[in-house]
Amino acid sequence: MSSAARFSSLPRLAGAVCAAACLLVLGGCRQDMARQPKYRALAPSTFFEDGRSERQPVENTVERGALADDDLNIPKDSNAFPLPVTQQLLERGQERYKIFCSPCHGLQGDGNGMIAIRGMKHPPSYHQDRLRQAPVGYFYDVITHGFGAMYDYSAQIPPRDRWAIIAYVRALQLSRNAPAADLPPALRQKLGAGGAPAAAAHAGGAEK
Amino acid sequence: MWWSLVLRPQLVCSPHKRNANMAQIFHRSSNFVARATLVLALSAGGLALAVIGGLARSPYLTNQNVARQQPVQFSHKHHAGDVGIDCRYCHTSVESSAVAGLPPTKTCMNCHSVLFSNAGYLEPVRESFRTGQSIAWVKVHRLPDFVYFNHSIHINKGVGCASCHGPVNQMPLLWQASPLLMSWCLDCHRNPEPNLRPKSEIFNMDWKAPANQAELGKKLAAEYKLRTTAELISCSTCHR
Ligand code: HEC
Ligand code: HEC
Ligand code: HEC
Ligand code: HEC
Ligand code: HEC
Repeated sequence: MSSAARFSSLPRLAGAVCAAACLLVLGGCRQDMARQPKYRALAPSTFFEDGRSERQPVENTVERGALADDDLNIPKDSNAFPLPVTQQLLERGQERYKIFCSPCHGLQGDGNGMIAIRGMKHPPSYHQDRLRQAPVGYFYDVITHGFGAMYDYSAQIPPRDRWAIIAYVRALQLSRNAPAADLPPALRQKLGAGGAPAAAAHAGGAEK
Repeated sequence: MWWSLVLRPQLVCSPHKRNANMAQIFHRSSNFVARATLVLALSAGGLALAVIGGLARSPYLTNQNVARQQPVQFSHKHHAGDVGIDCRYCHTSVESSAVAGLPPTKTCMNCHSVLFSNAGYLEPVRESFRTGQSIAWVKVHRLPDFVYFNHSIHINKGVGCASCHGPVNQMPLLWQASPLLMSWCLDCHRNPEPNLRPKSEIFNMDWKAPANQAELGKKLAAEYKLRTTAELISCSTCHR
């Protein structure tokens, strides 16, 4: 064998070794860090029979921190509002009402929400006498346990927000039933200038 | 220098140099062949890198814009768009925790116990409600497990859902509107101001940046007390 031939086989061998090494490296291209053996929220599981990684707490488990909200659970026939009613609470209530209640009850609380229009049963208007007289505990009970076709919202709305919503519902009720004497002078003047329905609808805004 | 190799390939094919009394093995033209081979090899390598890089960023591999089939033909266009249900009615934890979460079957039944309560296409929902088995929604967005993401901070600092998820209220079946690449996160973290909006517009899918967004963005950044760019692009913000 000539020295030239031996010389040229060396790089070829090196090339082959390199290529093999490259293939080996490719074999390492697994996404072990991207898909780690752990559960993320709502991930499926093959370990548990029901296929869920989220486990159901034992029955009657008390959520951490829930005891602090215990004062908010008042009886159905009580009319004692358990929180100080502030502007902040009303604004929170308005926001939460729009998210969770307005689809059925409507923005004005008259039971003409979008879902009701699309075929859900129309809920009663908040502006009927029965609901105007109802104690706040009654509203709390309906949100917490449901009523008729309305399922309960205890999982979606925490207790403090339920009370914010009730405060806002009270403001809505007042908006249709406020004595003119209670209005601020500027609005009262507007009322006197005609267009009574529009001004009355406005009063709700002023009230909160 | 590497180009000296290209210009004088005989340095590479050096056997005949070393063994001076040996007959010349290579024809002159092989100089050109060797040169061309080198140039081609280099450019082919570059091309391959460009293709791989481009492919990794392309919707083909990031799964961007691909609508996923779901076990129930749930339409965000109907629910969030036409009927106008707020995102938070279903994704209740999005403001307060890292995960937005998906609604439990009961949330669907709030309406569908009455509405379309006999429709065939809702049978999987009713069955899930009867048996307590989860509906196996197909995941649309999926970051690698080594990335930390948190919804609540973005929502509370003025980034709207639509900035990342696109016009969800027009999607009959959901798709991923952003690439979710690291460069995409960083583009915003380096300069979030053009994407900031007032708190009241976070859940509004149709919000458009006003003409004075440059001013508004600055004002909002100060109001939300955004952290410094250095903190937002530090590796340990997202890889912890
Ligand atoms: C009526 C309930 C409901 C409402 C309202 C709703 N969603 Fe959803 N959302 C779902 C369900 C169920 C899924 C899972 C099925 C799917 O991906 O389509 C989902 C999935 C998603 C996903 C994809 C999750 C994944 O797998 O990565 C995003 C993003 C999303 N929703 C955003 C929104 C936004 C933004 C809004 C408000 C405009 C909204 N949703 C309103 C029920 C709802
Ligand atoms: C707030 C009430 C409400 C909730 C909650 C709700 N839906 Fe609907 N759903 C509707 C209305 C209203 C329609 C009719 C839409 C229309 O007419 O545009 C509808 C229609 C549908 C349809 C028929 C196809 C379509 O899009 O028109 C499906 C399927 C459906 N919903 C699935 C679900 C699932 C799954 C959930 C739970 C994640 C859910 N819905 C939660 C009100 C609701
Ligand atoms: C800064 C960008 C960004 C914003 C803003 C954002 N999301 Fe997301 N969202 C993501 C990313 C990224 C994921 C994937 C998370 C993962 O895989 O861990 C995701 C996942 C989701 C999911 C799937 C379930 C989960 O939590 O992983 C839902 C539902 C969702 N987003 C809804 C929303 C809603 C509703 C809003 C608006 C209130 C919103 N997102 C705002 C980036 C964003
Ligand atoms: C449209 C703009 C935008 C996009 C896109 C975006 N972010 Fe952010 N991100 C922000 C803003 C604004 C903040 C808040 C900064 C602050 O608190 O000062 C933030 C904060 C964060 C934080 C800090 C949370 C904490 O508690 O320290 C993390 C983590 C984060 N983002 C991860 C991501 C990841 C991962 C992605 C890509 C999947 C992403 N972000 C995409 C705008 C964005
Ligand atoms: C704003 C959030 C954010 C920051 C800051 C960030 N990353 Fe990332 N990083 C990501 C996301 C999201 C991915 C996943 C991208 C994907 O899935 O392609 C990622 C992926 C990666 C990967 C894996 C790439 C791959 O394809 O396997 C590496 C390595 C990485 N990051 C390093 C860094 C380093 C180093 C820094 C600091 C200089 C950094 N990251 C800062 C969000 C971030």
